[in-house]
Amino acid sequence: MPQLDPNVFSPQIIWLVISFAILYLVMAKKALPQVAKTLGERETRIATDLDEAESHRLESVELEAAYEKTLAEAKAEAGGNLAVAREELKQGLDARKTKVNSDISARIEIAEAEVNKAKDEAMGDLENMAVEACRTIVSKLTGDDVNEKTARKAVKAKLSAALN
Amino acid sequence: MSHSPLDQFKVKTLFELDIAGFDASFTNSSAFMLAIVLLISFFVIGGMSKASAVPTRWQSMVEMVYEFISSMLHEAAGREARKFFPFIFSLFMFVLFANLMGMIPYTFTVTSHIAVTFTLAAVIFVGVTVLGFINHGMGFLKLFVPTGVPMALMPILIVIEFISYLTRPISLSVRLFANMMAGHTMLKVLAGFVASLGVFGILPIVFITALTGLEIIIAILQAYVFAMLTCIYLNDAYHPSH
Repeated sequence: MPQLDPNVFSPQIIWLVISFAILYLVMAKKALPQVAKTLGERETRIATDLDEAESHRLESVELEAAYEKTLAEAKAEAGGNLAVAREELKQGLDARKTKVNSDISARIEIAEAEVNKAKDEAMGDLENMAVEACRTIVSKLTGDDVNEKTARKAVKAKLSAALN
Repeated sequence: MSHSPLDQFKVKTLFELDIAGFDASFTNSSAFMLAIVLLISFFVIGGMSKASAVPTRWQSMVEMVYEFISSMLHEAAGREARKFFPFIFSLFMFVLFANLMGMIPYTFTVTSHIAVTFTLAAVIFVGVTVLGFINHGMGFLKLFVPTGVPMALMPILIVIEFISYLTRPISLSVRLFANMMAGHTMLKVLAGFVASLGVFGILPIVFITALTGLEIIIAILQAYVFAMLTCIYLNDAYHPSH
């Protein structure tokens, strides 16, 4: 076995030490710090990106809450406006209704008064006519002249009996 | 032409070199070690050269390996062992690239040499032991004292624990070395049958193809096992009590 030849030990050991020392120095001083730096940078980058995403998420949640709040306020305001408008409308309607009603009743009263007046007038005419007729008839029949007062009294009694 | 299945493990000197009286000749093994270092550096630095938050495929591969080793170290040895991450990363990548590179025909497999694997294991063993004593002082010796065991069994268990601790560098290095060597030798032996069987040489070729897939899995698995065990040993240095 060539491996057990003692003559090859010393050169191999010496060159192993030399080459491994070079390798170790290159790795420890140059290569590995570069890898560590890159990995660290990536980690930092990912962490900051995640932080940023989280803050964006929080922001969107806030915006959503603000939106919901505005929407609720607008809804409440609209509801209030509607109620006010309805109330106003109702009041206007009621006022007009009352006015119209009072107009109508006033006109009815006027009309009733006119009717009553006409009725009274008519009744008065009827009474006078009846008194005249009564006196004429009595004077024609008896020749007596019944005075107006007596005639009117009789007519009134007869008329009220008839009307009632 | 060499035909021995073991010839692939031969260390060939490319040019002679001497450092402080030790033979430091530049060999094919040295060349492959340097190539491994270059390849790993190219893989990691190249993948991160245009690093961005959204990775390219290459960058993803680098990041996957990084996070895989990182979580393995964290789970096995805890937070305190974090400062050994560059070492565990280098170790895993070195063994992985050495194993995988050896799967390419005509290459030399660095990790198929006990001298290499044992050096790595010995450094880990000594390092972990020293670290354990630095962190816990004599308290590190609690590692050899299992809890919840009758006092009568204690002496035997302490001896067993101590021996198992001492054999760690051997088991760690031999596991990797033997796996690599056995796999490569077997492939070479089977490849030798192809020519001698003539037309029926197709059978060993099919078999070699399947075994190559298996060897690639073993190459990755052994690198993982080597790094994982190192993490577990590191854990002992930080948390010695059972």
